[in-house]
Parts: sequence; structure tokens; C-alpha cells
Amino acid sequence: MSEDQNRFVADHVIGLPRSGIRDFFELVAAMKDVISLGIGEPDFTTPWHIREAAIYALEKGRTHYTSNLGLIELRREISAYVGRNFGLEYNPNNEVLVTVGVSEAMDIALRAVLNPGDKVLYQDPCFVSYHPTVLLAHGVGVPIKTDAESAFTLKAEEVKKSWEPGCKVLMINLPCNPTGGVAERAELEEIAKFAVEKDMLVISDEIYAEMTYEGEHVSIGTFPGMRERTIFLHGFSKGWAMTGWRLGYACAPADLTEAMMKVHQYSMMCASIVAQDAGVEALRNGDDAVKKMKQAYQRRRDLVVRRFNEIGITCHKPNATFYAFPNITSTGLDSKTFAKRLLEEERVAMVPGTAFGQYGEGFVRCSFATSYDQLVEACNRIERFVNNCK
Amino acid sequence: MNEVFKLLAEGERLNESQMAEILGMSVEEVEAQLEALKKEELLLGWIPVLNPEKDDSLAVRAAIEVKITPERDGGFNRLAQRISRFDEVESCYLMSGGYDLHVVVKGSSLHKVASFVSERLSTIEGVLSTATHFMLRAYKEQGYLIEQPAEDKARLDVTP
Repeated sequence: MSEDQNRFVADHVIGLPRSGIRDFFELVAAMKDVISLGIGEPDFTTPWHIREAAIYALEKGRTHYTSNLGLIELRREISAYVGRNFGLEYNPNNEVLVTVGVSEAMDIALRAVLNPGDKVLYQDPCFVSYHPTVLLAHGVGVPIKTDAESAFTLKAEEVKKSWEPGCKVLMINLPCNPTGGVAERAELEEIAKFAVEKDMLVISDEIYAEMTYEGEHVSIGTFPGMRERTIFLHGFSKGWAMTGWRLGYACAPADLTEAMMKVHQYSMMCASIVAQDAGVEALRNGDDAVKKMKQAYQRRRDLVVRRFNEIGITCHKPNATFYAFPNITSTGLDSKTFAKRLLEEERVAMVPGTAFGQYGEGFVRCSFATSYDQLVEACNRIERFVNNCK
Repeated sequence: MNEVFKLLAEGERLNESQMAEILGMSVEEVEAQLEALKKEELLLGWIPVLNPEKDDSLAVRAAIEVKITPERDGGFNRLAQRISRFDEVESCYLMSGGYDLHVVVKGSSLHKVASFVSERLSTIEGVLSTATHFMLRAYKEQGYLIEQPAEDKARLDVTP
């Protein structure tokens, strides 16, 4: 046996941090009667009409590869949907690429544009895979701080402060997992101007846009000078409750789409045809179901945010997503200890904020994609725990 | 718009104190809005949705196609209202197409439903004909699925 067990593993993979979520998952999985507020996916099952379309696709024998870019019917629907709801125009023939979830879209976008050592600005706290995906594409991540004082909205001033020479890409997730943060139109416009000034490419992950409760969702790609430098990412996982289907897409000017397509065709070939057929149905007839689910999330949000503030773990009201991000410093515990002890003592799982970046310390992420009754009970347990900490 | 109505229309099962909590109102305010809905006859009332496969009091149900003679004043209304008043009649609709009224009748036995139709319904003056269709099995009742395999909703305990 060699003394170096990692001798076959690439250096940049050895250096990759283990996901904080995975550690926590193992802890939770070993316990019983846990109410989990740690699940980053809808509790709804995919609406039946969408599932039925997939069953029909299988009955018809739709079991083959599709074009690398994805089914043209789906790309047409995506183009129309994005035009209608986001105010962005993309040609379905060469500016829309169907991917295996937004995660793949993010990966191929970064691999298509980064040279080794290129820097990528990204908001922090953010989705767990952002920084690792940059590292896997041989880039260098540069975090932008968002904080509770400004309800985790992305501020142009912070973007400018974090910028340094060599930043080629600005990667944003608005609305944001885990904070529920958004950006106001004026801020986003200012950020767009800055991106133009510094000639940055913007990768905009808008997967939670359908779950915007107050105010309008604004896409950064709609501002002057942005279309040519924006890769718009979206997918079906959250709005249509289709996480397990793994279906997303990237929209970008033809040259960028072509570059992403090259990476995609040699690594993934195409997204599952059954998922793509289901996606067509989701975009054609899914608006009502999306709206209904959103209403349920909104009610649950109002409950948990109110209860958290009553309990004394201060929590801004997220304008979007199904995540609340309360500040737990009043308990005198750090994020990890809070999450671990809450789980052990009261059987409630919430993910420590540090799993989402350095600026997540002092916070935990609460996913309220869980039934109202469970949330009521979870809040009662959290209250008991917080009182015991005092 | 009545907030309580909006909540009810979304179709989640909630009691008054839960509605109060969600809407940030007092229970009294929720009750007042419910009262207003009843007054406007937008909300007709509450009934439990029973499983016809298990509820013996609903042992027999039939959908009856009824043809009636419209009248100079009021068209189908007088006869339809008269038929609707029977306790055996669960619902009654005026239809387009091949017949006039779609009447759902329930009873504890086949015999009772049959005699209601032959003795009470078809003998009303103005009723031209009836066609009775007995319901054999329920698959969905008032939006609830019946005796279908539960969905496997297993999610992982923690996901990003």
C-alpha cells in the first residue's frame, strides 16, 4: 500500500472542501422523528398533468437521444416563457440550451468561459456548489458580502468593493438560496453598469424567480448593454416541483451558447428526453400549479418569519424563495453548534449558515417547503430550545 | 376582496384559528368574514366529504337524466327547484345537450332510489322522461382521490 491514498486524485479535487450539507445530512439520517427544515426542494410532487405527459412520452416510445441543444419544441416554449416572464428575447434555434438542471448549466457556463486563474465574483452566502464549481473550472472565487442589515439584497457598492483586476465573471443567484435575498431594480441597474464598465460576463441563476412574493422580479439581462454579456440560467426544479427530473436551461447570445454546447455535447450529450417532454407540458399548461404552490409557500413564510422573530432569532422577511435565514447569535451559539444541538435536543434540522459561505456564520437556513402543521410544531420546538439556551 | 374567501378558495383545510394565524387577523374577524360570505350566499355551508366506498348511508347513488317541459314563465326553474327540494336529491343541474336536468340521487338501497325515481320524480307533471344511471364505483370525490396507492414522497432529509 502506498502511504499516499490520494495519489490518483487531482490536486484541485483534493483541495475541494466537503459540502457542509453532506456532513449534516449524515447526522440527520441517523436520527428518528426529525422535522427537517433542511430540505432544499419543494414538498409538492410534480403536478400530475406534467407526470402524465412523461408517461405518455414513454408509451409512445420516446426513449432516444435528442439534439444536443434539446428538443426544439421545448426550446421554443422556453424562448416564449422567458420572453413573456423575464423580458428577455432568445432565439430558440441557437440561443437556448437545455441542460441537466441548473447545476449542469452553471458548470458548463463556467467551463466554457474560464481560463485557468480567471476570477469569478459571487455573492456569499450562496448555493453550496457555486464556489466548488468555479474551482473545478480552474477559476478563482471572489466572494461578495451580503448581510442581514440589507435583507441579503445584493448591493452594487459591495460588488464594486469586492471587484479586483482579473474578475472576468460575475455570478449571481437572485432570488438567493439560502438567504431569500433579491436585488432592487436600482441596485441591479447599477451592478449592470458596473459589469459593462469592467467588461464582465454575468451568469445569472434565476431558478427561484417564480417564488417572488412581493415586488417584481427583475432580470439583470434586461439592462442596456447586458444581453451580450449575460448567461441566463433557469430550470424546472423549484417552480414546477421537478427536482428529480434534472431539467434546466441556459439562454445566451449564439456565440456563448455554442461554446457551452461544445462542453455539454462532449460531457452530457443531452438531457433526458422524458424530462424534456415533461418540460414542454410544464411550460404550456403549468402556470396555475406554479401559482398555487407559491401561495402555499407564502403562507408558510409568514408563519415562520413571525414565529422566529417572536422566539428571538431575528429574521428578515425574504421577498422570495422558500428559505428563511434567521440570525441565531442571540443564543450565544455559532451556526454549527446551534444546528447540531437543535437537532440533538429537539429533533429539528436546519442547515448551518456556514455551509453556504463565510458570511453565513451566525445564521441557519430554514426551508419552509414543509407542511404548515409541521412548521407550527418545529417552531414550538425551536422556541423551547432557544429558551433553554438563555 | 374578502381575505378569508381567498384562503378558502385556495383549498387548504384550515380551521378558524389557523386562518386567523395565517391572515394575521383575530378569530373574531375571521368569523365575521365567514358570516359575510354566508350572507352573500357565496359560501353555502360546510359538509364533510365522505368516501362513497365506505359510507353505508351512501350505499347507492344514481345520476338521473331528466327531460322536462319548459314553462312560459320561468323556463325550467320551477320544476328544477321543485325536484331539488327532495332530500334524496344531492345535486341538480340544468344541462345543455340531450336532456335537461342532471339529478344526483342518493339512497340506502337500490330499491329506495328506484322507487324515488319511479314514484316521486317521474310522476311530477312536466317531467317527460328519466334515465337512471347507477354509480358503481368512486375514483374521485369532490377533489379527493379514493383508494389510490399513496404517492411515494420520500425526500432526502437534508438537501442543498
